[in-house]
Amino acid sequence: MRRAELIFAALLALFSIYLMYMSQLPPLQIGWVPRKGPGSGALPFWLSLGMLICAIWIFLRGWRGVTPQGRSTEPFMDSYTVWMVAVTVSSIFMMLLATYYVGAYVAMFLFMLFYVGVFGKIPWPTTIAVSLAVPIAIFFLFESGMKILLPKGATEPLFIPLYKMFVY
Amino acid sequence: MMEIFSHLIDGFGIAFQPFNLGMMVLGCLLGLFIGAMPGLGSVNGVAILLPITFFVPPTAAIIFLAAIYYGSMYGGAISSIMLGIPGASTAVATTFDGRPMALQGKADFALVAAAVASFVGGTISIILFTLFAPPLADFALRFGPQETFALMVLAFATFVGLGGDDIPKTIFMILLGLVLSTVGLDTISGRPRLIFFDLQGFYKGISFIVLAIGIYGIGEMLWTLETSRGKVEIISHRFTWQRLKAALGEVKTAWKTMSFSSLLGYFVGVLPAAGATPAALMAYGLTKSFSDTPEKFGKGEISGVAAPEAANNAASTGSMLPMMTLGIPGSPTTAILLGGMVIWGLTPGPLLFLQQSEFVWGLTASLYAANFVTLILNLALIPLFVWVLRMPFMILAPLIFVLCFVGSYAPDTRMFDPWLVLLFGFVGYVMRKLDYPLAPLVLAIVLGPLAEDSFRQTMIADLGDWTVFFTRPLSGIIMAFAVLLFAAPLLKGVRRRKAAADKT
Repeated sequence: MRRAELIFAALLALFSIYLMYMSQLPPLQIGWVPRKGPGSGALPFWLSLGMLICAIWIFLRGWRGVTPQGRSTEPFMDSYTVWMVAVTVSSIFMMLLATYYVGAYVAMFLFMLFYVGVFGKIPWPTTIAVSLAVPIAIFFLFESGMKILLPKGATEPLFIPLYKMFVY
Repeated sequence: MMEIFSHLIDGFGIAFQPFNLGMMVLGCLLGLFIGAMPGLGSVNGVAILLPITFFVPPTAAIIFLAAIYYGSMYGGAISSIMLGIPGASTAVATTFDGRPMALQGKADFALVAAAVASFVGGTISIILFTLFAPPLADFALRFGPQETFALMVLAFATFVGLGGDDIPKTIFMILLGLVLSTVGLDTISGRPRLIFFDLQGFYKGISFIVLAIGIYGIGEMLWTLETSRGKVEIISHRFTWQRLKAALGEVKTAWKTMSFSSLLGYFVGVLPAAGATPAALMAYGLTKSFSDTPEKFGKGEISGVAAPEAANNAASTGSMLPMMTLGIPGSPTTAILLGGMVIWGLTPGPLLFLQQSEFVWGLTASLYAANFVTLILNLALIPLFVWVLRMPFMILAPLIFVLCFVGSYAPDTRMFDPWLVLLFGFVGYVMRKLDYPLAPLVLAIVLGPLAEDSFRQTMIADLGDWTVFFTRPLSGIIMAFAVLLFAAPLLKGVRRRKAAADKT
């Protein structure tokens, strides 16, 4: 945990410096502009400087063991947590990526199938029922009810008859 | 007073319009469900469901979201008692005595106590809201941009002075939220700012909804998956109407506790950094210390359930007072509601009472009605909620992930936002593990544009003279409070070090 606290504080300090750099790129100005007040980059620049100071402060407190995380000898994540976070984040990542190709509905069906059935080890009849019910309910709520069309990718032609029946 | 009463009557006319009433009942039901599910609280529910409200009139939208807020305060007790896991942080104190009662076979008594206490807390706080809101809004009409900015500083200062979290981490999160709110086109000069890696999506800025869904949807679910290991254990209990009636009789004995906790909860809820969780913990602690039998607390004392539940409901209404009258949210949930109001085209703050009285009084009246509806639904549907709690968490979690995806895509219909949600979710989870407070971040990204506008307006009007924030009487008083709050933890630290040095 201690190492994570220090590394994360260092990363936040670097991010703050990056923000300061971004805030002063022309045409942004960080000083006073006559008749226009503070320049467009002023607020993000000075606030990022504040972030940098805080990040250094957090790092030093962690280093000196003032914070509980700075004193902790426990691991930041145990093996279950690493596995759970990796599977969850990468499966959501794949769902978002798949949306471009097979559309949101097929992507969320596949995601549910994987997460509930494979990762969650829920019996397959329940998994299939839930995986089908979720996209169908979302279709009726968003497309039919609120007229918000979700991306369909290659499956767009399959939805044309459904649009006629339920959307328009 | 008569004017308030007549506005309230008009408000009931609006709240009882069939569509608004339907939205309220739906919101109460969803709120109860959201509150009951471990890991989900009002802030998660409101963040994930906010995008849905962009397609209904603002009054119906706020009634729906306020009902979710309310319902989830009631619902939080269900999982605290039945699972021993708080539905949300606001219901942590409810587990102290609620869980022991459930283990003693008195789960129904604990659930009834929680529902009735929530009702008492809700009712007392709404009456206080009705009485305090109009005069406060009237007073706030005198505020110029200097006072508006000073109020924002005060809101941030309360997180530092009263939040109880690590000071540098709290300040860092406030600053991060403010910087993220500046991403996109500058409203004054029209210049693009902080367009990371030249990605087109950043030109529209980072919506607070995207951040809120990320950290309260994905991040919170990751946290709950880690802590619960995907498994939660529900105790088995048979519910009968006779037992529920007997429980109502026992709850009456705690009326003093409920009244006191409601008042405490309301005033704690008004403070931006405090909110429902500390209110509930304070109510529990004070009830225990004033009790003749403090040794019974933690072992299944009914007052130990009633106190935090009355306080957390009262605090949720309390946090709406500064949101509606000053445009300063009193909790992360109200911060999201405030952001929603901006998207609905409203200007949060005192002008609402003049320009949108239908909205304000419709909401106020709906709170009275929602409180009653939630009590009835809660008591009537206890067996149903207990049954729903048996839903495996490995079904609920991916369902929330899918809702986060669709909910973040819907407002602007662009894939850029779901990607940001995933990023914020992961970073939010890491930050939560390292004890970075998330509420100041959400508050800052919501208030950021308002704070920047008021600051720059003042600077332009007063030719860069920043002392004006201190020299104008009203803003000066507000800033003085803010400075005191910022200084409080530093002074405390100095005193603690001095005391330690004296000892050695």
